[in-house]
Amino acid sequence: MFIYLYVFIYKKIFLLQLSPLFSSQQRMFCLDNLICACVYFLADYFREGNSDLEDSELRFATCQSLQKQVKSETEQIEEELNEQLFDNLVSFLRRSHSAFQEKTTEWTWRTKSREIPTAALVLGVNVTDHDFTFRSLSEVLQNNVTPYIALLEAKDCPGIKNLMQKLLGQLMNCCIDVGSSEEEDYEQVSHTRVRCSMTSLINWYESATKRTDSETPGKKRTSSRHWQSPPVVVIFKDMESFTTKVLQDFVVISSQHIGEFPLVLIFGIATSPMIIHSLLPHSVSSLLCIELFQSLSCKDHLSTIIDKVLLTTQFPLKLSEKVLQVLINIFLYHDFSVQNFIKGFQLCIVEHFHSNPLSILCCQLEEAKRRVNSLSHNQCENVRRLPSFRRYVESQVSEKQIALLTADSSLKEAVRKLLEDLNVYHENYFPILRCLHVFTSSLPKYPLGKQIRELHCACLENRVWETEEYESSLQLARMLNKSDLVTMLQKCVEILVSSPGREFDEIVERLKEFLTQFQKLEETYQERDESVSPQKELQKKTNLYNLQKTLLELKESRRSKKLTKFEMLRFEVVDYIDSLVRRYLVPADHKTLHEIVYFNTASVLREHLNAAPRIALHTALNNPYSYLKSEALKSDGGSISNKAPDICIAYKLHLECGRLINLVDWLEAFSTVVTAAEGPTADVASSDQVDDVIHARFIRAVSELELLGFIKPSKQKTDHVARLTWGGC
Amino acid sequence: MPILEHPAYPPATLLCLESLVPCRESQVSMLLSIFGERQQLSFPSIFIYGHTSSGKTYVMKTLLNTLQLPHVFVNCVECFTSRLLLEEILIQLQNGSSETKQASPVPCDTFNDFVRLFKQALVSQNLQDQTVYVVLDRAEQLREMEANVLPAFLRLQELTDRNVTVILLSEIVWEMFRPNTGCFEPFILYFPDYSIGHLQKILSQNHPPEYSADFYSAYINILLGVFYMVCRDLKELQHLAALNFSKYCEPVVRREAKERDTRKLWKNIEPHLKKAMQTVYLREISSSQWERLQCEEEPGQIKGLSAHAHVELPYYSKFLLIAAYLASYNPVRTDKRFFLKHHGKIKKTNFMKKHEKTSNHLLGPKPFPLDRLLAILYSIVDNRVAPTANIFSQITSLVTLQLLSVVGNNDQLDGPRYKCTVSLDFIRAIARTVNFDIIKYLYDFL
Repeated sequence: MFIYLYVFIYKKIFLLQLSPLFSSQQRMFCLDNLICACVYFLADYFREGNSDLEDSELRFATCQSLQKQVKSETEQIEEELNEQLFDNLVSFLRRSHSAFQEKTTEWTWRTKSREIPTAALVLGVNVTDHDFTFRSLSEVLQNNVTPYIALLEAKDCPGIKNLMQKLLGQLMNCCIDVGSSEEEDYEQVSHTRVRCSMTSLINWYESATKRTDSETPGKKRTSSRHWQSPPVVVIFKDMESFTTKVLQDFVVISSQHIGEFPLVLIFGIATSPMIIHSLLPHSVSSLLCIELFQSLSCKDHLSTIIDKVLLTTQFPLKLSEKVLQVLINIFLYHDFSVQNFIKGFQLCIVEHFHSNPLSILCCQLEEAKRRVNSLSHNQCENVRRLPSFRRYVESQVSEKQIALLTADSSLKEAVRKLLEDLNVYHENYFPILRCLHVFTSSLPKYPLGKQIRELHCACLENRVWETEEYESSLQLARMLNKSDLVTMLQKCVEILVSSPGREFDEIVERLKEFLTQFQKLEETYQERDESVSPQKELQKKTNLYNLQKTLLELKESRRSKKLTKFEMLRFEVVDYIDSLVRRYLVPADHKTLHEIVYFNTASVLREHLNAAPRIALHTALNNPYSYLKSEALKSDGGSISNKAPDICIAYKLHLECGRLINLVDWLEAFSTVVTAAEGPTADVASSDQVDDVIHARFIRAVSELELLGFIKPSKQKTDHVARLTWGGC
Repeated sequence: MPILEHPAYPPATLLCLESLVPCRESQVSMLLSIFGERQQLSFPSIFIYGHTSSGKTYVMKTLLNTLQLPHVFVNCVECFTSRLLLEEILIQLQNGSSETKQASPVPCDTFNDFVRLFKQALVSQNLQDQTVYVVLDRAEQLREMEANVLPAFLRLQELTDRNVTVILLSEIVWEMFRPNTGCFEPFILYFPDYSIGHLQKILSQNHPPEYSADFYSAYINILLGVFYMVCRDLKELQHLAALNFSKYCEPVVRREAKERDTRKLWKNIEPHLKKAMQTVYLREISSSQWERLQCEEEPGQIKGLSAHAHVELPYYSKFLLIAAYLASYNPVRTDKRFFLKHHGKIKKTNFMKKHEKTSNHLLGPKPFPLDRLLAILYSIVDNRVAPTANIFSQITSLVTLQLLSVVGNNDQLDGPRYKCTVSLDFIRAIARTVNFDIIKYLYDFL
């Protein structure tokens, strides 16, 4: 079942990708499809028979609930991240038309030309995330500011006419929400006949606001929620893609009427605000009153998501180092898209629950313990097969070993305990990781990485304390000055106090002790300060020789000097941190039963998220054995077997040609290869005349290649086709 | 001594008109003599042109309104199809005298319908015995409509057989309008730019009630001294004057200077205006932000739009963009020299063909095929790059961001060709972030 799904998805990507290029939005859409389709097929697959063997239904339910949880959590995080930006925008909207509501008659107001208030919203190049931002933005505006919002996309507005149509359509529809059902009918009828001009828009606005004003007694809620004369907000989602002419015309037209209704424009910008100047000439941009708003950078966005979703004990599923690296690499190297990252995480969830029968235990601890009780014998065998569990068994005494391997009940007992251990491990791991990050992130050159995600990956990979980077960062930590050290310790205390771990009281106690010791040091320092320091002597009048001598002496004394109290204390602190790291930051794959909660098949993920269609196609055509698995096709490299499908033969032959391929030569070569095996007896008849069947087979192969986008007919030379692909794989 | 004289209109109205259109008296009197008396037939079409804000629209509006001539005023940018334009004219005509609004306009698709409906409208509004003026503002848009619209408007009088005059307002000269099939030649009237004296006079006219005219006129004088070099747009100057006036008054309000203390006031305002020229005038910061800046005692810095030129891109996107830039600005033959290890020593002089002596950067980017882009990408990225779906989709993303542009036909099966549209400064900034010395790879800088 799954194979069909993958074939389907891959086919889609192939066809669209080989020559036409996907935009990131389209890819996003594909990824969405992939996840949806996976879930759908998963449900199907679980429903079919084999459910009793490996608790498939339960797994499916757990998977779905986890998906839902992740989705709501990430959405909430994103809303929080955007809050500041939206607040600024709302206050901008409030300011922009305050004068419109007051109808001031002041002199400056009369003389100044009316500009259209415009917010330039710089959102960064991660275009795939913008949809979500705009959706929540329009929600916020709808709830707090105005019901009149129009979202315009460049692909819907190739001309000013389409733009106006779209604008009027959206605005007049949104007014239906406010009106009652009778008006709805009226609106629907008139909508089709309405003239797409600014005048009709203004008339509509006047009637709409008048209506809501008159309705105030009945609909107190709407009028209090929105402002007196709510502005009309027009959002251009992708400013870059709009044509200059459309934008210019729209701005010019609406600036003619800005006095008659409160219009606010919002430009969604992906690159830099300079684009406004390059799209609009000065005569047009002088009609706008542009203010800049910048959203959080997508890297910060990602850090927050990782921090709040992956570096907590909240979700039972964890990602292994390799998987996380794949996701982060795709983010940093390819798309900068937070949504894609989350989608990738969701795909991990689906994959994990699908591929791992023991994933039913991948849930909250209490629930998992309950589920352990009802494990079937088959599942127990699955547990025994886990490499980490085998290691665990080997470390036990022999009687225990036998019990674990034979009796299900004792196994279940052990699993319960191990799961609890794992949980405790996670509870301790994350706070200590954060503490270590506090230290490493302030070191010069960041030997262990600036971001906590890098540190996390390093810790997951292997024992972090055995790496060189860790060694050098400890060295650097031993040279920190006191004020830094104290603030770091304070931060650590804060982190540990706020975390739910059970074993931290002692650590907090110890850290606090360090802090008081530092405090004491400070006091003693102040006392000692009065004694005359050797530096002071230098300031006396001396000659060069004397100076040299004193400096040498000073150096000597410093070298031989015992460590000061502060230095001793500093060593102590660093050693303590080191001991914490060694105790708590053990890599997860050293833990027994880590397979249950860690998803670690990075290759599968990479295949799905970072597919290489051209390579796959090349492999398929160049080496058909890799997909067809037919023994006859097993070839030894260079030679072209005549047993291969026709298209493969044609493909291999065309690889040897230049940019233009002579069809006659190609046919000749093709027929030679195909007839090669038939031996000398066959070629008597067809020495210079190609068999009709072979001819037909050749034509079919060539047209298949054309369909796949490898060649195209050429007009430069008759009887030639042009190659479209070169190397690249 | 009044300049405007016409027997058909009362002198009081003319005097009022004269005060409303300063520095445009000669043009107005010319128009008046063409218009003649109300019932007299006027010239069928008049074409008025002049630079931005030389008072074309304003003069026409004031003239027609003050003399209460029956007229229709349409902006052609707003009516982007001929149908919208024609309907708009009819609607305005019908609503002109009677205030009752027509329920729904009659659909008017062709010019033939328009002529018929126009005649009907004239009858229903009792306008047969006086000249009706149809003013088409920004008439250059007419050229983009159907081919018959402009010639038909030019001879509307003849087509409708009614007393109607069409006035076209435009910023470009008549020669750019003339259709190659020929048409009725309109009467052409030129509105010259306002001189600095004119500007001074017009701007000073509208002074705030709290201050004397002399005080304001001194301010305008300073303002023009700073801005006249860069901007002669009356509207823009008026806007700037209103924006900065409060700052000019500051010393007077604080009683540090008297209204006559011109020198002190000048010292106060001049640097301020210079700053305004670099920021508000260029729309680097918005006028409302500028006003807020003025209100604050300690002027906090608001960064202009161009301060945010930096664009953050994913790692491979940066390299793709660099590769695209190299492909766009290097001749194909030089690829071997830049990207092959053992290219040997080829000197630039004997390497160059004649037409390549000019800098490629002066000629602009050249299109390149996708394969070349990928080949360059593979050779400039240190580690191996797999041609994954993500790489391909990044190219398309760069196109949607307008950093690359697709050239030629959009049949993508046919080996798409691209152009790199970013500037040298931009690409250098990008290259610096990935430690790539792009200058070393550019043929122009060899």
